[in-house]
This record gives sequence, structure tokens and C-alpha cells, in this order.
Amino acid sequence: MLYGAVVAGSFRRYATYRVATAAGVVTNTAFGFIIAYTYLALWSQRPHLGGYDRAQALTFVWAGQALFALIAYGGLDELQDRIRNGDVAVDLYRPADLQLWWLATELGRAGLQLIGRGVVPMAVGALAFPLALPGSALTWGWFLLSVALGVVVSFALRYLVALASFWLLDSSGLAMVSMLSCMFFSGLVLPLRVFPGALADLAQLLPWAALLQVPADVLMEARTGGALLRGLAFQAAWAVVLLALGRLVQSAATRKVVVQGG
Amino acid sequence: MWVRATLAYRTSFLLTAFGNFAASGLDFVAILLMFSRIRALGGFSLPEVAFLYGTCSLALGLSDLLLGNLSRLGARIRDGTLDTLLVRPAPVFVQIAADRFALRRLGRTFQALLVLGWALGRIDVDWTVGRVLMVPLMAVCGTAIFGAVYTAGAAFQFWAQDAAELQNSLTYGGNALLQYPPTVFARDLVRGVTFIVPLAFVNWLPALWLLDRPDPLGLPRWVAFLGPAVAALMCAGAGLAWRRGVRSYRSTGS
Repeated sequence: MLYGAVVAGSFRRYATYRVATAAGVVTNTAFGFIIAYTYLALWSQRPHLGGYDRAQALTFVWAGQALFALIAYGGLDELQDRIRNGDVAVDLYRPADLQLWWLATELGRAGLQLIGRGVVPMAVGALAFPLALPGSALTWGWFLLSVALGVVVSFALRYLVALASFWLLDSSGLAMVSMLSCMFFSGLVLPLRVFPGALADLAQLLPWAALLQVPADVLMEARTGGALLRGLAFQAAWAVVLLALGRLVQSAATRKVVVQGG
Repeated sequence: MWVRATLAYRTSFLLTAFGNFAASGLDFVAILLMFSRIRALGGFSLPEVAFLYGTCSLALGLSDLLLGNLSRLGARIRDGTLDTLLVRPAPVFVQIAADRFALRRLGRTFQALLVLGWALGRIDVDWTVGRVLMVPLMAVCGTAIFGAVYTAGAAFQFWAQDAAELQNSLTYGGNALLQYPPTVFARDLVRGVTFIVPLAFVNWLPALWLLDRPDPLGLPRWVAFLGPAVAALMCAGAGLAWRRGVRSYRSTGS
């Protein structure tokens, strides 16, 4: 009940940043065009690279831009700040669980970003390029489920980074490294299937694959039937493992918390 | 002062500097990964693409080092700290640029220089004096052009207070665009960054002259030397926009 209100509050909060959302849409669309053309050049040299045809490669680009704001964030800046300046002590006294609270705010933000920053780039991409978008509502449903799981994995990773502030005080460096791993290993830089040899196999086992590679494959129906279920199970497994790890670190951190300046 | 402040959290500084180095390098890794599967992209070889990458990344890195902080203007307007700067007896522009001067941004410049050095040794160019001089000229003009975009973007924030990202689509987006050969893109896109926002003068046009390649738009060859004039015009325009922005500024909460 409480967390539902947090989700809704967070959604409304990000909905007030209209200009920022519009600016984000412009940026994602601009990048979408640039990457789409480079992929076209790449796929004209090597058709069926990574098992994708041209339309699928383009779909991957626009899915990446549509999901960018949901998944590709370095840390939870606000939580990091609250840990550094000691405000987190107040949060810990609240009758709400820290991890669930922040998960709820993230879900609210992701919901708004999906509508605010996801729909337009995808629509522009579909108008400008031939995309391999699914016709069946069921596939869209699986895609949304897969995106939701990706958001949870992304949150769980970033929550761990933010908690590192308890030890490092300033974890913005770690947040940056985390964001880089996210950009590289989620497929935002290049689809993981296009990576050479063993790197492709490894990258598809890491948690970041749950952020974009799996949802994009679900969307373009490169994953159906058993492969679809395996993909979702893969995402869910990483979500559970990383959330549990977050719990462990959280309890270790709260046991050692010393409020600065007090 | 900001240099010392950054160095206070040493682990974090090292990680952010490395992160900056790696973040800009990530694009190059993408290019390398692409070239692990192909021999030429848009008719350009890996050293040639690396040359394009190095020149635009260097220009962006330098202008970001000098003026990147201007994008914080929107945040300053929102929280009201811009007023503090306005009452100080120093130009606001300089104050904002110097505030939170981020040494870690050297990462991108350093990384660009590495790639550029590698590319210069490998591209197939008949090095005359003019061609040799063109490389530093590109860096200077490119820095000025990106600097003008940063300034104009900041000036725009006086009206739209939360639009730092819009300028990113021109700076980082422009960088992403310019690191690939112009032959990869649709004609209209190339026209847009030549005539509307003349980012093509950062590296595309001079590089095409240097590498002795035809221009996809069929422009005459002397266009490659317009870089300084274009940069000067853009800086003048951005300067005017900035002045108008400062004049029209009204503090929050009034």
C-alpha cells in the first residue's frame, strides 16, 4: 500500500520535468538516427551479423534508445547523496524498508520514462526505418514484462553501487564504472550477439544482458517459446540474486552506520 | 581549488578519471568491435575512422574541459545560486566555467590524443606542410565550434531552465556522428550538420581534404578551409545569445 503510493508519487514527480523529458526525447531520437545509420553500414557489409537481419538490427537500435532512460543510469544519485551527508539516518528510522522504498521510486520513474521517453523515439524510428516490430499484442506483453524485469535488475545493481557510499563516502566514481559496464554489457554499444566469439557468450550470461539484450530479443521475436521463457527466467534469477545481495550489504551497512557530523 | 577538492577523495578521483577515459573510449571499442567483423565502413578503413574519431573527440574533450560546466547553468538557475555569481565582480561566464572545474575531464582528451596518434601513423596521406598544419588547426577550430555550442546551449537555458540534455544531443550527439565517415549517413543529415549546425567543419570537411576523398555533397574543395571563419561566426553568435540570456535573466522566486 505504502510502496504503491511511493511508485505513484515518483511517477508524478518525474512527470513534472516536462522540458527535461522533451529534451531527453530529442537526444534519444538524435542518437537513434546516428546509430541506425552506422548499423545500416555495418549490416550492408555483413548481412545477418549476429543472426539479425537488417530490420532486427534497426529495431535493436530503437529499443535501446527507448529503454535508455530506464536502464542506463550510473547510480542512485539521491540515495548516494543522502548517505554521504547523513540524511540516510533519518530514512533508516522511517517505518519503511530502505530497499523497497527506493525500488518503488525507481519503478515510478521507469514507468514515466517508458511513456515519456520511450514511446516517441520508438515511433519516430518506426516511421523512418523498416523495423521488425511484433504484430501480436501478446509479444508486446512479454516485452513489457521483460522490460520490467530489466528495470528491477538495473535497480538492484545501482542500489549496490549506492550502498558502497557507506564505505567510500563518494561513490560517484564507482557509479561511473557501473554505468560503463551497463552501457557496454547491456548491448547499448553494440548488440551482445555481435560481440566476437567467447566475449559474446560471456556477455550474455552477465546481469547487464537482462537490461536490453533480452527485452530487445523478446520484442523482435528473436526469442520465442522456450527461449522466451529461458530469457525471462534468466532476468528473474539475476533480479532475485542481486536484490538478496543488496539486502545483505544493506544490513551490514546499517550496522556500521555512523552519522557524519553527529 | 576545485582541483584540490577533487583530489581529496582519491579512490573516487582515480575511478572517475579512469571512468572518463573509458567512457569516451567505449565508442572507440564499439568501432573496433565493428571492424573485427568488417574491413571498411562506408568505404573508410579503420585508421581513417580512427582519425575522424580522434579529431572530433579531441575537439569535444578540450571544449568540454573548458566550458562543459556551462551545462550546470540550468541547475544554478533553479536553485538560485546564479544570483551569487551575478553580484561578484567577475564575468559570470568565467565563473560558471571555472566552478567545479573537473580535472577528470582530461580523461577524454588524453584518450582522444592516443587514438589520434595511432591513426596519424597509419593513415595513407601525402604529408605536405599544409596537411601537417591542418591537424592542429582542426583541433583549434573544432574546440571553438563545440565551445560555441556549449555557450549557446547554456544561453538557451536562461529560457528553458531544464534543457541541459538538448545541448548534449548537439555535443555528444555531434561527436557520435562525426566519428563515423559522412558516407555512412543520409544526405539530408550531412546537409543538416554542414549548413544548419555546421559541425561538419569540426573534422569531416577538413578530413576529407586531408584524406583526398570526395565530399558526399559535392562541395568545392576550398570549403575545407572555411573552418576558422565558421568557428569565428559561431562563437560570435553564441556570445550574443549569451549576453541576451544574461540580460533577460530574472531570478527565481520573484
